[in-house]
Amino acid sequence: MMSLTFDLLLGVALLWSAWHTLATADLIRAVVSFIVFGLLMVLAWARLDAPDIALAEAAIGAGLTGALLLDSVGHLRARRRPGDNG
Amino acid sequence: MSSGLVYAVVGVLLFVLGAAGMLLLPHLLRKILAFNLLGSGAFLILVGLAQRDGGVDPVPHAMVLTGIVVAVAATALALALLRRLHALSGRTQLADESADE
Amino acid sequence: MNRALRAAVVLGAGLLAALLVAAILALPVPAVRLPALVAAHLPASGVTHPVTAVLLNFRGYDTLLEVAVLALALVGLLAQSPPRELTHAPSPGEPVLPLLARVLVPFLILSAGYLLWAGAHRPGGAFQAGAVLAAAAVVLHLARLWPAWDRPGRGLRLGLVGGLLLFLAVAAALLAGGTLLRYPPQLAGTLILLIEIGLTVSLGLLLAGLFLFLAEPRSL
Repeated sequence: MMSLTFDLLLGVALLWSAWHTLATADLIRAVVSFIVFGLLMVLAWARLDAPDIALAEAAIGAGLTGALLLDSVGHLRARRRPGDNG
Repeated sequence: MSSGLVYAVVGVLLFVLGAAGMLLLPHLLRKILAFNLLGSGAFLILVGLAQRDGGVDPVPHAMVLTGIVVAVAATALALALLRRLHALSGRTQLADESADE
Repeated sequence: MNRALRAAVVLGAGLLAALLVAAILALPVPAVRLPALVAAHLPASGVTHPVTAVLLNFRGYDTLLEVAVLALALVGLLAQSPPRELTHAPSPGEPVLPLLARVLVPFLILSAGYLLWAGAHRPGGAFQAGAVLAAAAVVLHLARLWPAWDRPGRGLRLGLVGGLLLFLAVAAALLAGGTLLRYPPQLAGTLILLIEIGLTVSLGLLLAGLFLFLAEPRSL
């Protein structure tokens, strides 16, 4: 019963962070939400008895993808022309 | 309801959220984020559904492991294309979508 | 996109979600039990960790194609990134990072080696070890201790595709048996370890390359 409650809470947290990734206005916040989502996915893989995937998700899914996205947001910001509010 | 089934249902919702995001959001970086959410949803369905009656299934584990690496490769390529588009034209949206925003 | 079309997409997404959830809940239990099949063939696979057995033996072609996809993504990324100026002299006056790198990188390489070795019998393997190696490569580059990334030479290029070439060579050598990547059981453990070593090095360099070639010189 306890573990099912945890699963449901984690599911809600996953969906909430995913929604935040798409809905928040600021791109940096969106990417940070996505990294949080990736870390929550690590927990989900651990709950599904998949330590291999949890390791890969932590290093590649959350870490490398997050670094790529953050670097790209910084790049787009730095070269943005005045008047563009994308 | 087993925890495998819970995560499979969460995966479905993530998949649909990502698919809708890819269609509705004009900014290309958001489309890339939505694409990654969609992929994570598919991975959760794959593993969760295989384990809905308890027990561990190593076959979807291996497939998802492969999928995570392919997803990061696709993301890096997509980001490079987005940067190129931005460097050449200053846009971060596709041409036909920036018209009606 | 106009308002009506947006509403239609949202409605369609809701409908799709409802249908998919209903389909998942109604799905019958499959007739083939894959975990039992894997367990039955595990002794012949050359490793004792089922996930590694699936990755490199039973479905080895997935992994082969995956490395090819990764290499292709890097080629695509290089093909359309703007030419970089190669005048990026080592920046002095940053003593902490090189020191940290000198301490950290040996440990990172050690843990990559452990993960690689552990993959045969417990969670771990070439993917996770490759990710750790990639982190080590990025740290080395940031500390300017590995200038090869600025002007990739033959060694680095060979490292990037070496894993794929080794995997292909093993696959080609075994093709005489009639099936793709069916290892002879007595050699399976050795061949898998050999392929995994190559894959770890290549995956590490490829993942690091995806990051380093994408990031601009100013942020490095």
